[in-house]
Amino acid sequence: MTPLAAYLLVSALLFAIGFAGALTRRNSILVLVGVELMLNAANLNFLAFWRYGPNPEALTGVMFVLFAIAVAAAEAAVGLALIIAIYRHYCSSNVEDVATMKG
Amino acid sequence: MKGIINSLWLIPALPLLAAGIIALMKRPQRKPAAALAIGSMALAFLVSCVAFVATLQPEAGKGAVQLTHNFAWFDLGGSALRLGWLLDPLTAGMLVMVTFVGSLIFIFSVGYMDHDENLTRFFGFLALFAAAMLGLLIANNLLFLFMCWELVGVASYLLIGFWFHKPSAAAAAKKAFITTRIGDLGFFLGIVWLYHETGTLLFYDNGAGCLEQGALTKLVTQTTVGGMAVSTAISLLLFCGAVGKSGQLPLHVWLPDAMEGPTPVSALIHAATMVAAGVFLVARVFPLMGAATADLGLEGHSPHTTALTVVTWVGACTAVFAALIAVAQNDIKRILAFSTVSQLGYMMLGLGVGGPAVGMFHLLTHAFFKALLFLGAGSVIHGSHHEQDIRRMGGLRKLMPITFAAYAVGMMALAGFPLVFSGFWSKDEVLHAAMIWSPSKLPFLLGLFGAVLTAFYMTRQMWFVFFAPRAESASSPGRAAHSASHHEPQGASSSPHESPRVMTLPLVILAVATVLLSLFATPVWPWFHAYLGGQLDHLQVGWSADSAAGLTMLLSVLAVALGVSASWRLYSRGKAGTDAVERLFPRLFRALQGRLYVDEFYAATVFRLNAAVAVLSDWADRFVWSSVVELAAWLAKGLAWLSRTLDESGINSGFDAGCVETRGAGGFASRLQNGQTQRYLRILGAGVVVLVVAIVWMGNN
Repeated sequence: MTPLAAYLLVSALLFAIGFAGALTRRNSILVLVGVELMLNAANLNFLAFWRYGPNPEALTGVMFVLFAIAVAAAEAAVGLALIIAIYRHYCSSNVEDVATMKG
Repeated sequence: MKGIINSLWLIPALPLLAAGIIALMKRPQRKPAAALAIGSMALAFLVSCVAFVATLQPEAGKGAVQLTHNFAWFDLGGSALRLGWLLDPLTAGMLVMVTFVGSLIFIFSVGYMDHDENLTRFFGFLALFAAAMLGLLIANNLLFLFMCWELVGVASYLLIGFWFHKPSAAAAAKKAFITTRIGDLGFFLGIVWLYHETGTLLFYDNGAGCLEQGALTKLVTQTTVGGMAVSTAISLLLFCGAVGKSGQLPLHVWLPDAMEGPTPVSALIHAATMVAAGVFLVARVFPLMGAATADLGLEGHSPHTTALTVVTWVGACTAVFAALIAVAQNDIKRILAFSTVSQLGYMMLGLGVGGPAVGMFHLLTHAFFKALLFLGAGSVIHGSHHEQDIRRMGGLRKLMPITFAAYAVGMMALAGFPLVFSGFWSKDEVLHAAMIWSPSKLPFLLGLFGAVLTAFYMTRQMWFVFFAPRAESASSPGRAAHSASHHEPQGASSSPHESPRVMTLPLVILAVATVLLSLFATPVWPWFHAYLGGQLDHLQVGWSADSAAGLTMLLSVLAVALGVSASWRLYSRGKAGTDAVERLFPRLFRALQGRLYVDEFYAATVFRLNAAVAVLSDWADRFVWSSVVELAAWLAKGLAWLSRTLDESGINSGFDAGCVETRGAGGFASRLQNGQTQRYLRILGAGVVVLVVAIVWMGNN
């Protein structure tokens, strides 16, 4: 097994765990945690493909990941603020209760 | 001097421009409007004089000066419609006359229409009238002439009906317009036919015009129905227009009624513009009228063609017919109107027997003294507070001395007093030409009889208006109502008064011109003949008349003497308030007073026929056409019903089915959209999985 394949395997596992968490958890904060896990799995993919790609000296993968982390931090802040706002409105953090957008 | 032809269009354009500007003016701008109209006319007169001078020097051996300026108006397919100006002695003489007389009439109008609140509009119409007539004179194209001809008709309609709140004036305007239109129908047919035959409507176009040798030869050699030459047929059709416009016998009825217009308008219509147009037309197309196979090309000699014979007879009959009626009329303007009809008959007679020079000279002299007479009548009417019945006038000789003197000159010119009055010479020429006319002596005798009658009725009118003992004004109950209808200020002094100077000055000028004009066509110095014929360089002073001329002159002097003395004896001895002729021949007088019942005859025949046709049309309209329309309406309704049914059953149900489907699809989509974010995510995940599987599977293949 090449190191790249191992990294990708870990990344896929991480993504699957994050996805499962986002799908099964009822608490919206935990759904957000799942989403963050999936995001980091993608970051891991970037790093792996950069490190074992054709020109690892160009630092492109690191740049991507740094940006993604920064954006993810901002996104997490927005997401948490939304969750707080929803909680204040519905007095609940359960995603099943928030269904006013249904057709 | 020859360059004047390029700016000849200025002459009609100036009054037209004035008319246009006046049309934009407001009603209170009376003085600017009058000044503009008179000024434009005076300028046109100056340009006309320049044009006249240009025609005075004929080139040796080439006959009369004839300048043309042709240009293409627009293209019709391959051929261009060309218009043009024409300057020859005929045009130049008429231009000077029309602008001169017109200017004087305009000036007179300032005084006459002083009380009218629509003076501005009046001058606008007058200027338009003059512009149309001047355009007609300079036209070198029959179509352009026809357009101006119709414009003259329109302007006359507007002016005769100027006091349109009077029902009689409105009716007279309509009558004038429609009656002349009947003649114009023939005129238009003639134009179309002429264009069909010759392919051009230009009169003179360097040998290619429709009045020049080539076209004429072609026209006289062809024959149409009844063996008549095409030239004759076209001439007769064109003459129809002249009959309508110049008030010749069958269509003269509009002219006396046109007296409903203001008096300056009557003067303009009778002297310078409207009726002169018909005579001018005949003179203009004279080469066509006089064209006959044998005599082609003989200048100055009028062959006895069928067309000219018709012109002669119509003229002679009109001359006597109208003179007879004039004897029994009591309205001062109506007498003059019938005398105009009669004199127009003389002009036609002159054209028919003696050619353009004879007829046109009578037209010119008549224009001056008839304008003089009408303006004099206007002055009389104005002075006696819009009284028009000669039996209620009388004794005006002392009250209106200037008007009397001028009127007397006009009357003597019209009656044909010998030697110093132009009317004598021009009428004498007509009679002389009629006397040597070989086909028949009857037109001459008719003319002579007409001369007696003319002298008779003019003396009668003079006596009643100026000499008769003054009738009591209180005995005319109709007057108060009459003058009220003219917005005459009430309470004006009842005795007649002399008119203001703005009205008498034109009278004096016209009287002088009437006398002076007699210098130009005496047998001693036949200048006008030579001028029109282009033989000025051969003109000699001396007694050139033959014995027939002397005899004619003697006879016409005798005729005048007979007419005047008979009339004077009858009327000066008659009792006041009655008509001597009426007492002698009551039935004849009444018939004449009723204008020989021509109007009644038309009412009984043409109008009744017209009414019958109208009833028939009305019936057809109600029962035939209206049922057709009803049928069409039912058809349309049936179609509408069918379309509604189809719409409701077919299209609507199909659309409804489509709607149900769309609703179902919408319901399904809304069930998918249940608001559970995790369900969305799940579907997204499933989608990704399917996508990955598909890619992997396709990559393996």
